[in-house]
Amino acid sequence: MNMPKQNKKSALINAVALAVLLAVVAYLGFSRALSSYLVGIFWLSCIGIIMATSLNLTNGFLGQMALGHAGFMLIGSYSSALLSLAMVRAGILAGGGAEQLARFVICLIVSGLLAGLFGILVGIPALRLRGDYLAIITLGFGEIIRVVIQGIPWAGGDGLSQGSASPVLFKTGLGFNNATKSHYMLFVGLVTVACVSAIYTFIRSRFGRAIISIRDDEIASSASGIDITFYKVTTFALSAVFAGIAGSIFAACYSSLNTGNMGFMASVNYFVMVVFGGMGSLTGSIVAAIGLTSLNEALRSFDEYRMLVYSIVLILMMIFRPAGLLGTYEFSLSGTISHLRNRISKNKQEKEAQV
Amino acid sequence: MTESGTMLCTDRETPLIKVSHLGITFGGLRAVNDFSLEMGENELVGLIGPNGAGKTTVFNLLTGVYTPSEGDYYFCGQRMNGKKTHQIVQSGIARTFQNIRLFNKMTVLDNVKVAMNPHYEYNLFSALLRTGKYWAGEAENDAKARELLEIFNLEDKADAVAENLPYGQQRKLEIARALATGMKLLLLDEPAAGMNPTETEELLECIRIIRQRFNISILLIEHDMNLVMKICEHIIVIDYGTTIARGTPEEIAQDPRVIAAYLGTED
Repeated sequence: MNMPKQNKKSALINAVALAVLLAVVAYLGFSRALSSYLVGIFWLSCIGIIMATSLNLTNGFLGQMALGHAGFMLIGSYSSALLSLAMVRAGILAGGGAEQLARFVICLIVSGLLAGLFGILVGIPALRLRGDYLAIITLGFGEIIRVVIQGIPWAGGDGLSQGSASPVLFKTGLGFNNATKSHYMLFVGLVTVACVSAIYTFIRSRFGRAIISIRDDEIASSASGIDITFYKVTTFALSAVFAGIAGSIFAACYSSLNTGNMGFMASVNYFVMVVFGGMGSLTGSIVAAIGLTSLNEALRSFDEYRMLVYSIVLILMMIFRPAGLLGTYEFSLSGTISHLRNRISKNKQEKEAQV
Repeated sequence: MTESGTMLCTDRETPLIKVSHLGITFGGLRAVNDFSLEMGENELVGLIGPNGAGKTTVFNLLTGVYTPSEGDYYFCGQRMNGKKTHQIVQSGIARTFQNIRLFNKMTVLDNVKVAMNPHYEYNLFSALLRTGKYWAGEAENDAKARELLEIFNLEDKADAVAENLPYGQQRKLEIARALATGMKLLLLDEPAAGMNPTETEELLECIRIIRQRFNISILLIEHDMNLVMKICEHIIVIDYGTTIARGTPEEIAQDPRVIAAYLGTED
């Protein structure tokens, strides 16, 4: 490895911190220490984190207003539920335990790839547009995906009704019960970490620089030899891949799927997370995803006022922090440690000077 | 930069760029008409003319922003009509803009590294998994980018955000970024606009250095006649989209049509 020394050190620190975090999650999951309610929030937060960070890729880093992210999640969740169902019926990896895990992994990969494929198909025509137009057309594509899935009988849809729960998918294949969900906390945590790391490394590579340059100035970017269309479609497809993975986790989280859960409002919800955390800050998206998911659940008991509180929080945010919670700031553990160290040594020096 | 992936014209016979009878019409307006140009290696040609004469349109034609409605042009013997901007840049024509276009929120170093993008060798998987190839590629191009910044005296500003640079340095950074693409022909669109005499002098020095070091040709649009007369070996004058004169600076300075275009005729 040619990794510079500085990076080795921070990679080590991050690895240790992540290991500790995941160990805690593993303990909580395997000992079933959390109530099923809290386990549910954990799962939803992980889904929220993957959705928000991947949407941030398109909206924050590429600078293109995409509003149909839940559509790709829908593709991911239905394809993975159907695949799992098919596998169980065909008797391939149909058992529990390790076989269930293998089935889940296969579903994750397939649904990610499928969503990515649709990302390319949608991205090629849609990304010719910019700004509000792009927002509207992606929103439209999201709804098309939803309505089409609703209309396919073998996909569990029951026509163009309200997209009600699909009995075909009920408790089949995926759709974990509470005990399994608790046991799978570590796995879901790992998938989330993998997704976020992939997005992070993507941004800090030549590909990331290219897409940020497209955000800053499209004309200058193409005049610097960047293939705008290629990078736009690639980024859009990549963010769809992660949405598909999040959808797959979503399918496992609920015993039945409902297209209504992943319509326009869901897209807006994830978009709000991105704006709230800061366009162009993965840390912001993570914080916002956990925060807003928890807030959503905490306010569920007084349902009527939920949207009221939600909107007030957003309005306050837009007034006092228009760039989002963190702007484009990224939290770095090693950076914070060295910062603290500097301060401590500075304080010491000052004290010694006073003496 | 010249050694890093740029296509060189193989034989000396083929001109670096050969533009013949290029023209474009916007609706009923002929913005550029019958524009021809031939440049060899390491030449510096000036393109001048009154405001609105169509100079920048010529640049936009050459860099693929517009597709010419007639005529064609060859770069290193390769027909370039209808190619996309990024393809043209990758084959070796890079430009700067009249109103500076930097990646404002990115660092000075990253601005240059963006332009080096096609020269990176690692692929998406190396990037996602951060393999040895990724670190090697980053380190190698970091060093190259810093080397380039050094030529423009920007090395100590490498980690500054581009929009915070003073005007003169922004201009220089834009040229550095164009150089980073590894091009053979540089199109400079009014590089001295808005610069004070000292900055212009520095810019002149810069242009001299990069011509020597990178063995490139430059096509220059400029209103500062002092600068044009000083450095251009050959000048083309256009007015209302039509070439009205071409020749050495001395010839141009005395050409009655050029004087008429700039100052108007008596009648």
